[in-house]
Amino acid sequence: MNSSDRLDATFAALADPTRRAILARLALGEASVLELAEPFAMSQPAVSKHLKVLERAGLVSRSRDAQRRPCRIEIHPLTEATDWLEEYRKLWEANFARLDTLLEELKADAASHGNPADSNTKED
Amino acid sequence: MNAAPNKLVVTAHGDREVRIIRTFDAPRRLVFDAFTKPALVKRWLTGPDGWSLPVCEIDLRPGGKFRYVWKNTEGTEMGMGGTYREIDAPDRIVHEELFDEDWTGGQTEVTTHFVEDGGRTTVTTAVVYSSTETRDAVLKSPMESGIAIGYDRLEGILAAEPVK
Repeated sequence: MNSSDRLDATFAALADPTRRAILARLALGEASVLELAEPFAMSQPAVSKHLKVLERAGLVSRSRDAQRRPCRIEIHPLTEATDWLEEYRKLWEANFARLDTLLEELKADAASHGNPADSNTKED
Repeated sequence: MNAAPNKLVVTAHGDREVRIIRTFDAPRRLVFDAFTKPALVKRWLTGPDGWSLPVCEIDLRPGGKFRYVWKNTEGTEMGMGGTYREIDAPDRIVHEELFDEDWTGGQTEVTTHFVEDGGRTTVTTAVVYSSTETRDAVLKSPMESGIAIGYDRLEGILAAEPVK
């Protein structure tokens, strides 16, 4: 999977409240399917289905050898997802910081000329 | 107003909506102009470092089109355009938009509100995506409100994870 596909899989996996709750539970430590099913009033197969989605997204791994096959949370895809969101925030923060500067200029113009914005529309 | 002065707030509403809220230290008329006059828009809506907005065409009336093209120093271009649905200057704009690359999985509907209070203006941009998946791709994060305790725990874990 490339980075974009991976993000798609991560975000799609996180779009479900049960899967987020499963991750929250696993954030506290490993758990078997049985232990995960308990608090959700869900059947084991239903939980297994959610786990498969999380596994495909790389958010959960399962031990192959132990009989109870405990599930474990995998942090890396989440880090990638939050990094991506952080970029989105940064983009808007940068845009709006420039807008702050522009507005200060427009306010100064308004103070001296009266109608600043109209005088700027012919710039290009 | 919940937002601290000049702090950018990004929140999720319903299944398909993201709201971006920011307050500016300027009267509404100026902020509205800065959002709608091409010569002004070009000066701030330039995106990441190294990018500019050489094409900015705005036909500000219901049914009017707009077109933005960003370009970086290597010549890579990214275009986006759409149609205005409602214009209620300087209070509210409703438009539809679509990136040329369509990374949002279809058209998004955007409503921008400008509210002035004591010479300061709060702009709320509500973006409604075509699907929950797309919205979540834009927003999903452990910081999101409403995901409750579980996510706070995850956040703690993420914070503990060394930066790559």
